Formats: sequence, C-alpha cells, structure tokens
Amino acid sequence: MTDHTLVATGLSAGYDGKTILHGLDLAIPTGRITIIVGANACGKSTFLRTLSRLLVPTKGHVLLDGASIHRTPARQLARTLGLLPQAPIAPEGITVADLVSRGRHPHKSLFSRWTRKDDEAIDSALAATKTFDLAERPVDELSGGQRQRVWIAMALAQETDILLLDEPTTFLDIHHQIEVLDLLTDLNRARGTTIVMVLHDLNLAARYADVLVAMTGGQIHAFGPPGEVLTEDMVRTVFGLESRVIADPLSHCPMMLPIGRHRMAGHEAA
Amino acid sequence: MTADSLQATAKVAGRAVSSARSRGLWLALLAAALAVLAVLSVTTGTRAVAWADIAAALGGAQETIGQSAVALRLPRTGLALLAGAALSLAGAIMQGVTRNPLADPGILGVNMGASLAVVIGVAWFGMASAQATIWTAITGAAGAALFVYTIGSLGRGGATPLKLALAGAATSVAFSSLVIAVVLPRGDIAGGIQAWQIGGVGGATGDRVLPVLPFLVIGFAISLLSARKLNSLALGDDVAAGLGEHVAAARAVAAFGAILLCGATTAVCGPIGFVGLMVPHLCRLLIGVDHRWLLPFSALGGACLLLAADILGRIIARPGEIDVGIITALVGAPFFIWIVRRQRVRDL
Amino acid sequence: MSPTLERLVRHRTRRTRRRWTVICGFLALAVFLFGLTLSVGQSVVAPRDVLRVLAGEPVPGASFVVGQLRLPRAVLATLAGVCFGLGGAAFQTMLRNPLASPDIIGITSGAGAAAVFAIVVLQMSGPIVSLLAVGAGLCVALAVYGLSFRNGVGGTRLILVGIGVSTMLQSVIAYLLSTAPSWSLQEAMRWLTGSVNGAQLQQALPLLLAIGLFGSLLLSRVRDLEALRLGDETASALGVQVNRTRMTVIVSAVGMIAAATAITGPIAFVAFLSGPIAARIVRASGSLLLPAALVGAILVLAGDYAGQVLLPSRYPVGVITGALGAPYLLLLIVRVNRTGGSL
Repeated sequence: MTDHTLVATGLSAGYDGKTILHGLDLAIPTGRITIIVGANACGKSTFLRTLSRLLVPTKGHVLLDGASIHRTPARQLARTLGLLPQAPIAPEGITVADLVSRGRHPHKSLFSRWTRKDDEAIDSALAATKTFDLAERPVDELSGGQRQRVWIAMALAQETDILLLDEPTTFLDIHHQIEVLDLLTDLNRARGTTIVMVLHDLNLAARYADVLVAMTGGQIHAFGPPGEVLTEDMVRTVFGLESRVIADPLSHCPMMLPIGRHRMAGHEAA
Repeated sequence: MTADSLQATAKVAGRAVSSARSRGLWLALLAAALAVLAVLSVTTGTRAVAWADIAAALGGAQETIGQSAVALRLPRTGLALLAGAALSLAGAIMQGVTRNPLADPGILGVNMGASLAVVIGVAWFGMASAQATIWTAITGAAGAALFVYTIGSLGRGGATPLKLALAGAATSVAFSSLVIAVVLPRGDIAGGIQAWQIGGVGGATGDRVLPVLPFLVIGFAISLLSARKLNSLALGDDVAAGLGEHVAAARAVAAFGAILLCGATTAVCGPIGFVGLMVPHLCRLLIGVDHRWLLPFSALGGACLLLAADILGRIIARPGEIDVGIITALVGAPFFIWIVRRQRVRDL
Repeated sequence: MSPTLERLVRHRTRRTRRRWTVICGFLALAVFLFGLTLSVGQSVVAPRDVLRVLAGEPVPGASFVVGQLRLPRAVLATLAGVCFGLGGAAFQTMLRNPLASPDIIGITSGAGAAAVFAIVVLQMSGPIVSLLAVGAGLCVALAVYGLSFRNGVGGTRLILVGIGVSTMLQSVIAYLLSTAPSWSLQEAMRWLTGSVNGAQLQQALPLLLAIGLFGSLLLSRVRDLEALRLGDETASALGVQVNRTRMTVIVSAVGMIAAATAITGPIAFVAFLSGPIAARIVRASGSLLLPAALVGAILVLAGDYAGQVLLPSRYPVGVITGALGAPYLLLLIVRVNRTGGSL
C-alpha cells in the first residue's frame, strides 16, 4: 500500500482559450480504482490530461502529496505518477522488451548504468501483464490486445504508485477489454497502485470501479461507490438518456439498461 | 481536415453567400477585375508608353519603341491569363480529387516532374521543338503526379495532407537535385534552363504560346466537365460509390484534365507554384464548395492573380523585372502556412 | 537469478552488442575512407609515408600533397559529415519522421538564401558569408518553430510550416541568382552545391567547436530524445520536459548543421540520409545519433572521393550525394509511407 495523495482543487483548464473544466475539486482515493465516465465532450479526457501534467490549468492546482505537480521536477514526478495516453507511438521495429525498458526512463540519469533492479522491474512488468513470451517480438507484429498489454507493461516498469489511463480499452474487442480491466484490478490488489481511468462503457465502469466519477459540463456531477453514483437520475442528467438500473446478476454491481423508442417489451418509453 | 474543413469553409461561405444571384455578382466583379488587369498589363511596364502608341500597337503597328514594347506585352498578357487560369483550375481539381486542402501542382511535385522531364529532354535528346517540349512536360507532370499520389496514399490513413505534402516536397527536392546533376556537365544549356526554372511569363511570344493552346483547351474542357463528379467525390469514396459514381474513373479523368493543364503551362512558363493553392481556397470562402461554381471561379481568379503578380513584378523592380513565379511563391508560402496553422493538429 | 530474468538480460546484451559491433564497423569504414583519401588520389602515396607526414616529418613529394591538399580535405569532409549526420538524425528522431530533415523544413534553404544574398547583393566573401548563413539558419529554425506554435508545437505542423518556408526561400534564392552578375553567380553556385574544394585546416576549428559544444549538448539529451519517439504524451508521462527538450535539440542540431553548411555549403541529402541508413543497419535499438554521425562522415568522405578520383571529370561532393541520394530518397518515401513513418 502507498500513501500518496492526488488532489485537484478549483481546477479550470481548456484549449485554444476555450475553458472546458470549470473549477473542479476532487481528491483521488488512494489505493483504489477510480473510473471517470461522462458524455462526449464533458471534459473527462481534459481532466485526466490536467491531472497528469500534460495540460497546464488556467486556474487551480493539482496537488501530489500537497505540492503542485506543475512545480515538481518532471523526472521526480514521473517516478510517482504514471500515464498511459490514448494513442502512444511505438517506434518501428522496436521489440517488446526494449519498449518496456523505456519505462525505466525516469529512474535513469545520463550516466547511470543499467542495473539489476531495472531488469527486475521489467521482468515483473512482463510477468504481470503475461507478455513475457512476446519479449523478443517486434511491437508492430502484435494484435491490438497484446499491444495494449505491452503498453501497460511499460507503464508498470515505471513503478509509479499512481497510474492514469485514458480509455485503455478503446479499439479492443470485448474479450480483450475484460482482460485489460482484470489486469488493472490485479495490479491494484497486488501492488496497491492507485488507478484512475476514463472509460466509455458505463456498465464495465460500474463493475470495475471502487469509486465512480460522473462528469458533465466540465464539472463533477456525482462521486462515490458505483452503487450510489449509477442511478437512473444520473444517467438522465449526464447522458440525457432514459434508463433502467438493475443489479448485475454476476457482480451485484448496478447495471444500466437504456430505454429506446422501439423494441421495448410491454411498454413504450416515457 | 480534408472534407471536413472544406465543409467548414463552406458553412462560413454559405452564411455570407447563399443565392445564385450573389454568385453572379461575384462572377461579374471578377470578370471586371480581369478586364481591368488585362488593360493594366498591356499599358504598364518598365517603359512608359503613350496611349496613342498603345492604340496603334493594338492595331498591329510596331514603328516606335513604345509600340514594339506593347506588342511584346500582348502575348505576355495572354499567357499570364491562360497560365493563371490553368494552374488555379488544376489546383482546385487536385484538392477535390485528393480531398486534401494542401494539394497544389507545385507542392505535390507535379511542376518539378515536368521540369525534370524537359531538362532531360533538352540535355540528353537535344529536344528543341515546342511540340516536343509540351508532350515531354505533360508526360513528366503525369509521371510525377502518379508517383507522388501513389506513395502519398500508401499505408495507414490513405493520402493524408501530411503524407501527400511530404511526398511532394521530398520528390521535388529529389527531382531538383537530379535536375542539377543533369544540367551541371552541360554548361551550354545551363543558362537557359536556369532562367526557365524560375517560372515566368516574361519572354512570351505568339509562336511560343500558340502550340499549347489545343492542350489547354482540352484540359479546360475536361476539368470543367468533371465538376459534378468532384462534388460526389467530396463526400468520400464510399459515399460517392454509393451515389453511383465510378470513383476510380472519375478521379482519373479529372486528374488527367489537371495534369494536361499544369503540364502544358509548365512547358511554356516553367514551374509556377502556389497559384493552384491560393485561388481555390479564396474562391471557396466566396462562393462555397460546389465545384460547378468553384471551378470557373477558380479559373477566373487564377487569371486575375497571375496577371496582377506579373504587373507587380514589372512595377516594383524597375528598371528590372521580378518573375511571376517568385512573386507567387512569396505571397503563396505565407498563405500555405496560414492554411496549415488553421487546421487542428489531430486533423493533420 | 530466475530463468526469465536471465533470458531478459541475455536479450538485452545481444542487442547492445549488435549495436556496438555496427558502430565499430562504421568507425572502421570511416577510418579506411579517411586513409584512402590521404593516400590514393591522382598520385599514390604509400601508407607509411602518409603516417610520416601526419607525424610531422618532412617527406619529399608527399608533404605538400598529403599535408596541404588531402589532409584538410579529409578532415573537413569528416567533420562536416558528422555535423550533418548528427543534426539530421536529431531532427528526424525528434519529429518522428525521417522526411523531417533540415533539407526539407527550410533550414538548409535559409542558410543558402542568406549566403547567396551576402555574395550577390552585399558582395561579401569568406568567413562573413558563413557567419551570416549560420545566423540565418538559426533564425529560420526559430521562425518555423514559432510559426508552428499553437498549444505547443505539433510535429506535423512544424514539418508542413517548414515546407512552406523552404519553398519561399527557394524562390528567393532563384531570384537572387537570376539577378546576379556572372562572377558572383559562379561564387554563389559553388557555395550552393556544397564541396570541400580548397579546404584549409583552420576551417576545421569552427566545426570542432560546433561538434564539441552542440554535439555534447545533444548527446546529453539522448535519453529524453529516445523517450520522445514514443509520442509527446508518453514522453511527458516518463518525466521528459517535451518543449524544453525540443528547444535544446533544435538549437544544437541547427547549430551543427549551420556551422557545417557555412564551411562546406549544403552537401545535399547527407543530413537526410544518414539517420535512415544508420537505422536500417543498426535496427531499432538505442539512439541513432552516434551511428548517424558516423554514417554522415562516411557519406561525405566517400562522395568526395568518388567525385575527385573515381569519375572521369571532377565533381563537387554535393553533386555526387545529390545524384545518388535522390533515388534513395524516393525509395525512402515509399518505404516510410508503407510502414507508417517512424525512422
């Protein structure tokens, strides 16, 4: 377990002079899995990018252990706070082991040698993501699911206590989506890593989140355990959709069933 | 950035101009501007000529120095007009065919392909006749266009603006280095080719302009007739096919027209860049993205632009002249950068 | 040590060994070409005599040819090649695109335009021309950087803006050449082609300074530069200060390229081709800067040797690299686009 805290206070940010986040406050629960959901353009990716220092806020602060992340030296920050962007780029022909070893970057200075500890970090990252057998293969040749596991392995080799992920399941089929989410849960359980991610799929989010954050209009609409946050009211306000929320028979987490205008057995939508 | 940005431009334009009447108004304005510029082009130059002499020269007299100066300006004006219209039309078509706002005969390396072919023809095969030059230039233009488009559309995402522009720029660089290698051992032709390489309408004579006329006429006809096809292509290949268009054929025909136009123009004037980039973009702002209007507007606008550039080149460097190719590059490159800056990064 | 860990270490050792083998091979080839330039030309000087000249002994019949003619030439070719190769590869790595070399994005044409302006209009010659060229190269690089700035610098936008700027400068060069009187035209043309003709040993000093200063600056950023290949966002997540790294890389790469351009003129495509050639041979593992620097030296040495000795009439090295580089460049574009574009 780690005790790093990540807190956003009065956060406003945006692009091209257009403000997308409006004074947002949130304390990321330490050692838990936090999943951010919301409609398109509600600011959830912007929030994640601001949390990870990719975007400088126009107002407010992101505080890691009480210190603003925009004033912390980049390399030092990268040893605590990791990020997996939505579309990372793999140099042509790079092997899996080589790519994963790039995750050690913040732990190295110009003249420091490659150490046993580095190799061990890579070894355990490959083992955790079950990518060891791919180690010597070029990343270009892998399938989408394998590639995503390799990128997660790189983020693991970075050995950060907090890991942010921007839609880690996009472009994956449902089988690989579950695989990635299970892997991240393993990580959280085994290492106590604090995980924050943006997800599109509301039901998967409800199932895998310890804490669910619903955003709308650049602000936080609801925050708490999925059972409290995922309600029919929330879906109506955040997504503008009528729905029914029931208990998922497998996980007993809430599950949202959308109500459309057609194909509804027995009754028409409101 | 491709179809979307053109659509976005259309929206802006659509608000300003919606009816055919205002299009008609713009058309009349452009035509008037063209007439004024043509008159200016005949009357201004390094040498000031009296109106009486101009009138006499138009009647065919070449007795005074002033009259012969005007007699030189006539074919020059005609060539500037034709070349401007041809290049700008070719640019509009290339932007439509590739759905790429950065397409331009200069940037895509098409003009450089024509140059290389002509230089090789002159240096290795002793080519001298106008006809041969035109055919060679058109072949070179076609080869370069095909090459750049093919390699630009290889790989993920098809022919994105970046890949096409880079392929074009790199091809241009490679070709121009080959031009140097071809010309260098031939000191006898280096001077002539050096001058031709810049791109200008200065030395135009009736004898040099006449042979390209048939090519230009066919090129204009094909291009203007492919307007409707380009409108379908603008919606994307799949949609165009769904609308019953033969996508590959439509694209090939339109591109052929464009290549005829810029190949023939390059044969006479040398490579002139950026006209085909600027004019269609400006026209889109005025009258929207309907190619049935856009193509004729671009042709008119291109003629105006090149005439204006040529007149400017004659005025600002008195008693010398600045070739029109240099003026268009100096104005056009900032325009190109402006277009690039306007696009959002992720669309590139 | 667990068996998996052992395999991992073996894998890494193999990659590192391959990399250093290739680098040593490049080094050997460069040394060989250097020696060849010194000893075999219009006349052949025995390697023993070459060594004696280098040691400072007077050798009749060889001291002048080797010491005064060939040595400065070989030294300049090597250093310029290192500058071009290192600077070009740095740009290509930083912008994740082999086509984003200084030849394409306007730096070379900026230096060229300034030099031609100095020669033709200001009627200057000598070191002042070179100085102006260096300044102009830097200014153009900063202008391109500034013009492509909007919420940070997108690599794509920078390349496209560079293409625009480059085209504009090319036409300025063309105009200046068209107005030039014939004597300065020749001077300008010679400068634009790029050659090591008439090399003098003291010209090596600015190049050595550039390599010492900017080269070490670049090499100190080599890990950050490698991280940039994973994309700006990943690099930033790994603790790289993206904009600052980019600025350092641009200044030092341009500094080296402009310095070399100032002395030898723009030797076509060396900055462009060194990185990709090195990448083909080294394969993706570790930074390309060092191998690319060596490949640059090899290209310029070999090109100059071919232009001086192997061909029936003498050509400046820029023409040789230009003519041989162009087809390879076209091939490279095909390959790059087919595979998606990284170095």
